Amino acid sequence: MSADAAAQNFLERAPLELRDAVVALFPAPLQWLVSSLITIAVILTVFGVFFAFTTIAERKLLARLQNRLGPNRSGLPWLKGVKLWGLTQPFADAVKALTKEDVVPATADKLLHFLAPVTVVAFSLLGYAVLPFGRNMVPVELDAAVLYFFAAGTATELAIFMAGWASRNKYSMLAAMRALAQLISYELPLILSVVPVVIVTSTLSLQEIVHAQGGWAFGFLPQWHVFTPWGFAGFLIFLVAALAESNRSPFDLPEAESELIAGHLTEYSGFKYALFFMAEYFGLFALSGLGITMFLGGWQAPLPFLEFIPSYLWFMAKLVGMVVFFIWIRGTLLRLRIDQLTRLSWQFLVPLALINLVNAAFWALSTGHSPFLDVARWPISAALIVLPFLVMGRRLNQGRAPRQYTYAQ
Amino acid sequence: MTAALLILAFVILGAAAVAMTLRNLIHSALLLVLTWAGIAGFYLWAGAQFVAFAQVLVYVGAVSMVVLFAVLLTRQSTPQPIEPDSIVRALTALTAAGGVAGVLIGAILAAPLQVADAQPATITVKQIGQALMGPHVAALLIVGVILTVSLLGAVVIASVDRPEDSEDAS
Repeated sequence: MSADAAAQNFLERAPLELRDAVVALFPAPLQWLVSSLITIAVILTVFGVFFAFTTIAERKLLARLQNRLGPNRSGLPWLKGVKLWGLTQPFADAVKALTKEDVVPATADKLLHFLAPVTVVAFSLLGYAVLPFGRNMVPVELDAAVLYFFAAGTATELAIFMAGWASRNKYSMLAAMRALAQLISYELPLILSVVPVVIVTSTLSLQEIVHAQGGWAFGFLPQWHVFTPWGFAGFLIFLVAALAESNRSPFDLPEAESELIAGHLTEYSGFKYALFFMAEYFGLFALSGLGITMFLGGWQAPLPFLEFIPSYLWFMAKLVGMVVFFIWIRGTLLRLRIDQLTRLSWQFLVPLALINLVNAAFWALSTGHSPFLDVARWPISAALIVLPFLVMGRRLNQGRAPRQYTYAQ
Repeated sequence: MTAALLILAFVILGAAAVAMTLRNLIHSALLLVLTWAGIAGFYLWAGAQFVAFAQVLVYVGAVSMVVLFAVLLTRQSTPQPIEPDSIVRALTALTAAGGVAGVLIGAILAAPLQVADAQPATITVKQIGQALMGPHVAALLIVGVILTVSLLGAVVIASVDRPEDSEDAS
């Protein structure tokens, strides 16, 4: 099926036509407002439900990775005996969070203590405005979408600082400092890992970046950025930095419960705690969505004959894949120490991302010169990133491994 | 459009004014961040998308952290009363501030501000990038070198010559 035929697919156009039909019911001066509100409502609903089921999926998957069963008891309130494998657990959790007592410390800065969870959720949702969820499905088409995405994400650091400071609790404050050190350290490799894509596609618009990854080599191989040497390296750096940016294991030091109680969330309870939790997942989904758009071909199908499946379903399928991968990582790796965390970023990821930048520049300049160069640039580009990776990896571990255990023999 | 500008001006000036009157330094710093965000909103209103996002990324994201950490690390446990040390100091401060204000206001009033009749052309990010990499590449490089030098200088000033803890490295 050709790309044009795919765009005319009924399922492909159904959501947009439904929206247009609803918008047409309203008088003309209100139409732009209704159109925007519908988009916002759909994003909130889809990702809200996605968040709810990610929590249960994470709990069940982690349980399986740890040889447990996980939550499997919650059923439906009016149907005794129907358990649905515990899939209604997130709704029970939501009711629990809503009905819990909201405890605010007596000496806390009440206003900031309230504002912190609100800001963090609001700003974690801003990034969704520019993500291309499907063919023709971009909430806001911006010329500088990549820049907007990172600008929208920066305010979460402020919110974490507000939460830590307003709680008047030494654990909260210490954890907020840790979180900020972590976020600032990993913002750099995160942005640097994305810049090669911008160099090669020479655009900051996310939709155009997706279009640049369209088409098939030899008629069946997808031309996603992750399948080029610089793109693969960039994707790996992006994955590590995204894990650290969303405070997930193995980089979940800010809320290392054995050292810092619950980090900057120590003094939060009930729904405010749930809001932080929600913001963390929303941030993770948004970053995954950016990774998908930048490296994994966005909403494009992996093989030509699979194009009959609508583009937004491909996007969601890739998102589910990313989230499951992150859960897998959480069940596998151990938490890093704070010095290991910062060293990994500054001594390894940042230099590697800078080298990858040069690599991408070489790739962009060597396009279409001669047939020989078009083939030769693959091994050259791979060598340009693999050799520094090996050298720097050796240097990073020098004198530090293997670890000598003093007490735990 | 004018109503949006008025709201933006109210947010920017109001946040700045409240930031100066508050006794709580952290609240002042956060309001300063709101002012920067408002300025970003003004850039958006004026149609300069790229500058607006850069403003948010640099000021709201990075500079705010520097300000907040500076406040946090230098904060005194007991709040000091805000009053001048002596009459002479207060008078000098007022004179200096008045002089600067006079020069600035004079410069603004004397500058011929021509309002263009034609709509400014919408400039894409690509054009900005090509202008920066083409005609203005020297300026860009010089700014980069200056920033790198200042960063290295900061590292040199802040670093302490101490051998790495051998026990920690194991």
